[in-house]
Amino acid sequence: MDRRDTLKTLLITGVAGGAVASTVLSSCKTDEPMIAIPESKLTIGRTPSERERDQALLDNDFLTAEELTVVATLCDIILPATSSAGSATEADVHNFIDFIIQDIPNLQTPVRGGIAWINNEASTRFNSSFVDATEEQKMEIIDDIAYPDKAAPEMSSGVSFFNRMRDLTMTGYYTTRMGLDDLGYVGNRANIWDGVPEDVLKKHNMSYDPEWLAKCVDQEKREDLASWDEEGNLLS
Amino acid sequence: MMQIKENAKQYDAVIVGSGAGGGMSAKVLADAGLKVAVMEAGPFFDPKDPETMTQLKWPWESPRRGRSTPSRHFGDFDMAYGGWSLEGEPYTQKGDSDFMWFRSRMLGGRTNHWGRISLRFGPIDFKHRSHDGLGDDWPIGYEDVKPYYDKLDKLIGVFGSNEGLYNDPDGFFLPPPKPRLHELYYIKGARKLGIPVIPSRLSILTKRINKERGVCFYCNQCSRSCNAYADFSSGSCLIFPAQNSGQVDLYNNAMVRKVVMKDDGKAKGVSYINKEDGKEYVIEGKVVVLAASACSSARILLNSKAPGHSNGIGNSSGVVGKYLHDSTGSSRAGFIPALMDRKVYNEDGVGGMHVYSPWWGDNKKLDFGRGYHIEVWGGMGMPGYGFGMNMDGFNKMMGFPQGGYGDKLREDVKRYYGAVIGFGGRGECIAREDNYCELDPDVVDEFGIPVLRFNYSFSDHERLQAKHMQQTFEELIDAMGGKVLGDTPTKEQNYGLNKGGEIIHEVGTTRMGNDPKKSVCNKYQQLHDVKNVFITDAGPFVSQADTNCTWTIMALAWRASEYIVDQLNKQNL
Repeated sequence: MDRRDTLKTLLITGVAGGAVASTVLSSCKTDEPMIAIPESKLTIGRTPSERERDQALLDNDFLTAEELTVVATLCDIILPATSSAGSATEADVHNFIDFIIQDIPNLQTPVRGGIAWINNEASTRFNSSFVDATEEQKMEIIDDIAYPDKAAPEMSSGVSFFNRMRDLTMTGYYTTRMGLDDLGYVGNRANIWDGVPEDVLKKHNMSYDPEWLAKCVDQEKREDLASWDEEGNLLS
Repeated sequence: MMQIKENAKQYDAVIVGSGAGGGMSAKVLADAGLKVAVMEAGPFFDPKDPETMTQLKWPWESPRRGRSTPSRHFGDFDMAYGGWSLEGEPYTQKGDSDFMWFRSRMLGGRTNHWGRISLRFGPIDFKHRSHDGLGDDWPIGYEDVKPYYDKLDKLIGVFGSNEGLYNDPDGFFLPPPKPRLHELYYIKGARKLGIPVIPSRLSILTKRINKERGVCFYCNQCSRSCNAYADFSSGSCLIFPAQNSGQVDLYNNAMVRKVVMKDDGKAKGVSYINKEDGKEYVIEGKVVVLAASACSSARILLNSKAPGHSNGIGNSSGVVGKYLHDSTGSSRAGFIPALMDRKVYNEDGVGGMHVYSPWWGDNKKLDFGRGYHIEVWGGMGMPGYGFGMNMDGFNKMMGFPQGGYGDKLREDVKRYYGAVIGFGGRGECIAREDNYCELDPDVVDEFGIPVLRFNYSFSDHERLQAKHMQQTFEELIDAMGGKVLGDTPTKEQNYGLNKGGEIIHEVGTTRMGNDPKKSVCNKYQQLHDVKNVFITDAGPFVSQADTNCTWTIMALAWRASEYIVDQLNKQNL
């Protein structure tokens, strides 16, 4: 069983009972994997040496299956599913985190150490690993480290770790299709920019200066071949 | 890749480099019927090749979500193969110098990813010593270059507006796009302070200029090089059209080592290392045009030692490598509460700012010599690595609850999306003889070619200019009702002044002049010492203006190339 198969098993046994993973499970049919495990994603133009480097990182796992399960659990605490958007693990954020800490080696010890910290904390408090702790127990630890301005000073290591996991989860999530849809981002496609929508201008108490507007492109004529008079005045 | 024999065919012109200057030289010389070889140290690149394309890709298609890598310093989607460091091609520093040298190894060079900010130099910029006693005047004036700027505007296409500003001259502009929302806020704030704002001037086609190139479809990704050829990249807009004449042979992966001399004191051609077989070849031309970038061309000259040219060819003055200078730069960002909780719509726009501020100050009343322009960024761009991090920075400013998890985080990210505005000041550094690059006597690159060693420092002109930039940015953010992000850079931090080379506008290393004892080339960018060698990159610049250098590189390359054709016709070379 490779790490990803192990993860599926661990998620079922370790997380499935918890509320955070319920959406993952309910959204999956039995014959499909619990978590989408995509094939290589190198669909952007790469030079040969870049392709080689990235493929090597993608093929390698840094975190152990147990560590990745902790990361996945935290990801879905940080961004659980909503009525309209999937959870962080549904967006494969845990595997992004495993990639990015290989790409940024100085994240490796803080993340691995943070996972150990949270396991130690669970062990001290509940005689359990973090993943095996009950939902209430997990959230007791999380609530102690999730609020940087309110956390007790002795929790500072956990706060740093959770801040880091929050940042990585957020950036990992909002750079996926699911994240862009949640954000409402509608760009990255051919379109014709013709100014700020009228209702937005009104809301911001802004308007286009007529003198400025007169200089701007008439999008009706964008395909007309440009020509000028000798003074540089556009004729077309 | 074409196979080159030792005794290659004879060209009319051998051009070293395929960026702005090399591309323009290739186009003009090929159109005049000359047989041209273009030598490029990197691979072939065509912006519309799906194998190499990054335009219109999604953040998740980069496993690091667009974060920068050692081979793409501006991020995984950026179209520059290279950066401030290149594997196997080091450069070194003298003393506490820390000059940053950006190289892009690919057809089209740095034009594939540049900001497309296409500003002319004005009349004062060519004669600045006469105005303020600093630096040196150029041997040419605006009136010499204006006809080429005019032709360039029409050939390549640049949007902008005629504003009648004396030192930011009018041209033949395509119409600019309408400002985005944060740019309207900027216009309002700047006008309160009496800082002028005008439509930006970018070489992006908002309107059709020919059948070969498409029109901008507003994806905001010029830095990825446009597959519709709607932005200016040297490959798609100059080299490919030049190749249509059948007059151009392109040599990719050809690392030029030196100019090879003949006994008659003229250049025979160049020698280069073919990166594919590691062997060295000589390619011959009646004329050699160096357009490898200001520092690379200086390096080639310095490495071209020959009898009677013990310091490298073109260097009897000892000036090669000297007067190196980059644009000054300093940046700042602000958070605009009025832009919180925005309605989300597509405001990608063109790949850059829609508005900017040309220099407005009077340096006679200021404690530094030269000006700068302000570049503006912001808006609801496509998320990449780093997006959504540190929402607590904003929460703290607003007095909102920090940290947490779950739905609160989804609200945070939407609340602050598009609420940050940033400014970059880009200004003029005074050219100085003691800012230079030279050969490092001890270090070679992987091809065995001696590398450059930099010696670069700033004067108070640059430091105090950066201080002025920071003060202005803070006033602007304040006038927009915003909050400045980060602390004001201190005197010890040079007021946030970027390192030399970080702005990637390095110029001046082979300066032009009328006096062969004080300059490397004449006003036609022809070496004083070797009359069939020309330089058409930014090396011949006497000074950098408070604009950007690319449009002037191309106008001057056009002018120099016409002179080459004329001199060849007259059999003077």
